[in-house]
Amino acid sequence: MLRRTILKLAAAAAVTVTASFATHAEVNGPVNYVIPFGPGGESDISARLQQPFFKDKFGQDLVISYQPGGGGAVGWASLNGLNGDGQTIMGINLPHIIIKPAQKDVGFTTDGINAFYMFHFTPDAIVVNASSPYKTLQDLIDDAKENPGAVTMSGSGKASANHLAQIKFDKMAGVKTTYVPFKGTGAAVTALLGDQVKAEWGYTTVGAKQGDAVRMLAVAMEERHPLFPDVPTFKELGFDMVGGAYRGIALPESASAETKKNWSEMIGEINKDPEFQQKMLDGGFALLDVDADGMSDFMKARVDEYLKDAREAGLIN
Amino acid sequence: MDLGNFISALTPLNIALALFGVVAGTIIGSIPGLTATMAVAVLVPITFSMEPASALILLGAIYTGAIYGGAYAAILLNTPGTPSAIATTFDGYPMAKRGDGDLAVALACFASVFGGLIGALALLFLAPPLSNVALAFGPIEYFWLSIFGLSLIASLSTGNLMKGLVGGAFGMILSTVGVAEISADIRLTFGSQTMIGGFGVVGALIGLYCIPVLIDLVAVPDRHLKVEDDIRSVRIGEAARIAMKAKFNLVRSSIIGTLVGILPGAGGSVAGLVAYSEAKRSAKPGQKFGEGEPDGIMATEAANNATVGGGFVPTLVLGIPGTPPDAVILGALLIQGVRTGPTLFQSGGSIVYTFIYGLIIATLLMLPAGLLIGRYAYKSIVTIPKAVLVPTVGFMTIIGTFAIRNSISDVVIMIVLGVFGWVVGRFGFAASPIVLGLILGPIAEQGFVQSWTIGAATNNLFGMFFGRPISQAIVAFTLLSLFYPAFSAWRQRRARSSMEAKS
Repeated sequence: MLRRTILKLAAAAAVTVTASFATHAEVNGPVNYVIPFGPGGESDISARLQQPFFKDKFGQDLVISYQPGGGGAVGWASLNGLNGDGQTIMGINLPHIIIKPAQKDVGFTTDGINAFYMFHFTPDAIVVNASSPYKTLQDLIDDAKENPGAVTMSGSGKASANHLAQIKFDKMAGVKTTYVPFKGTGAAVTALLGDQVKAEWGYTTVGAKQGDAVRMLAVAMEERHPLFPDVPTFKELGFDMVGGAYRGIALPESASAETKKNWSEMIGEINKDPEFQQKMLDGGFALLDVDADGMSDFMKARVDEYLKDAREAGLIN
Repeated sequence: MDLGNFISALTPLNIALALFGVVAGTIIGSIPGLTATMAVAVLVPITFSMEPASALILLGAIYTGAIYGGAYAAILLNTPGTPSAIATTFDGYPMAKRGDGDLAVALACFASVFGGLIGALALLFLAPPLSNVALAFGPIEYFWLSIFGLSLIASLSTGNLMKGLVGGAFGMILSTVGVAEISADIRLTFGSQTMIGGFGVVGALIGLYCIPVLIDLVAVPDRHLKVEDDIRSVRIGEAARIAMKAKFNLVRSSIIGTLVGILPGAGGSVAGLVAYSEAKRSAKPGQKFGEGEPDGIMATEAANNATVGGGFVPTLVLGIPGTPPDAVILGALLIQGVRTGPTLFQSGGSIVYTFIYGLIIATLLMLPAGLLIGRYAYKSIVTIPKAVLVPTVGFMTIIGTFAIRNSISDVVIMIVLGVFGWVVGRFGFAASPIVLGLILGPIAEQGFVQSWTIGAATNNLFGMFFGRPISQAIVAFTLLSLFYPAFSAWRQRRARSSMEAKS
């Protein structure tokens, strides 16, 4: 109740002291927030979670639209042709924007994407059906060692975060599992729940969404996810795996440095909101704060890491 | 599930939201290119400040309205407003051509309301058990389902089966263009950036169905639709009598629609086509499907609106969206703090049940609202002079195609495909097999690759493809639908010869 009152007061203050928004003068009216995928995925959900906070803090609507196609390539290829006035932003995903241009000419390059903030990641996780005989990660490894290739694992797409995680883990654990690519996490989870596959390479978000219907065997985080205190990290179990799919936002390259800085600050402010943080954690996401200044270092490290993994996996030359 | 939830669905606000949603949805759905997904996505932020149940009612009403609205363009312009209405064009447009467009629109409304109610009732009473259908369908079942869908070409293209099959194969090839959905390979783009996004279903629908109609409108001097001299009052009574006679068709089509709706990834277009072909297969003597048979419209429209309720089954019970609009609604629910899952139907029951009652109310409101809007749509299309109609519709096709994903490439592809469709149409190649191939191609490909991968990993390829009971049933249905035309012809011949033998 108190919080609401404060919010209302804040809103009233915002109306009277519009001048205080001078620092965010770049946002003049509703902002078009393009998600280069269809609705319902992790990119969509996290953008939807930002939506009300943006409206609260900056008084403008974030209008989410979908531009699916080519696993994101259609959207990213069009990004730099859009108006750079700060009224259009686009979601970006790792490893997609690194792996895709390395495979073939897809109409954009990794360096050409003007990323200004990476705001969360979904840590990799091995998920099994609640009724699965695999109680621990060791059970799965034992089965995979006894029956090479017979452990089928669903995941979202090929040359994706899930696929790279599978290849990396197989190598570390010295096992051979079979990766079955599906169209998006939703389809991969459906296959898991229907016992079409024995396990899934998914994210912590799957555990948050499916609750008791599934069991996570391990998560690829430095420390355990607050939502799942009982699920061990791969590190605890002796596998040096930390990572997942990173998500952020980019502007067209024609955007001014000032616009970029403003946006970086605005998204950073949403990420600092305790209520937003709680909602993200409840959804199984892990927050991340890479702002415009830290972007080039972050991207450089990721590019090296992902390209090395993909090369070792034979996904790129 | 008590009376309380029903009462709380009946608040003036909720009823107003349901009415607004149905009207807005119908109008949006009637414009090719503007889809239910888009309508729901744009309105999600409005629902943040609402009670979860009210928000759901609004979104559900828009969704169900949009699926119905797709029938208008299908009947009056031969262009499915949404992919769900593909099969509505088969008999809807011929009816409109001969001057029965108003009757067709009224029939579509009755069938949509009926199908919508069956779907919503299934959701109300049977959601948790029905959700098992979604889980029982693995990759191999989707593969066989798509093959079954392709076998419908045989029953849809009477007379020139070869041309139908060529069209279907062409559509499947088109579906492989661009970045492959699951393998991420880039195929058949010939180095062009235009093709990288592939051939979208909605853009292809607009091109293949609407452009030929526009070209013909310009090429021939006749009026667009035949009009009776005196514009009769709405033919609701006549439509109601026809619908009453078709109750068996309506029930069967609604059940097909509900079940197909439960399968994530199948959707309204497949449901409508399956129901249409079943209706055609059980045609009574004298019924001429494809030439303006009311049963064809009713089968499709009942089935596609039933997918709305069906699609909510996996969405609410499993947290797996049945259709793209469901995915948007699922996201909105998550933000509202509603956790989906079987428990939603027990513990947090009130929201779900208020929503389902709201959906039922919205579906009922579609009857008066749909008839009124339909009458207006019919009158304006019929009375508008051709010189205005053609540029207006032409403009809409471009805007609609562009709106799908703000892509000029899609517009170029749509126009090229449209002109191509008109040319091959002159040689007897219909648009529907091509579109069927385009829709079912990816389902078949993904199902095949996944089944093969799993089958090979478990050393049981044969069992994977032919050993599962649901697959076997679908294969049997496929054979039936392939050979039924030949079989019934043989039976007729035999009956005739035995009659002759007797006489």
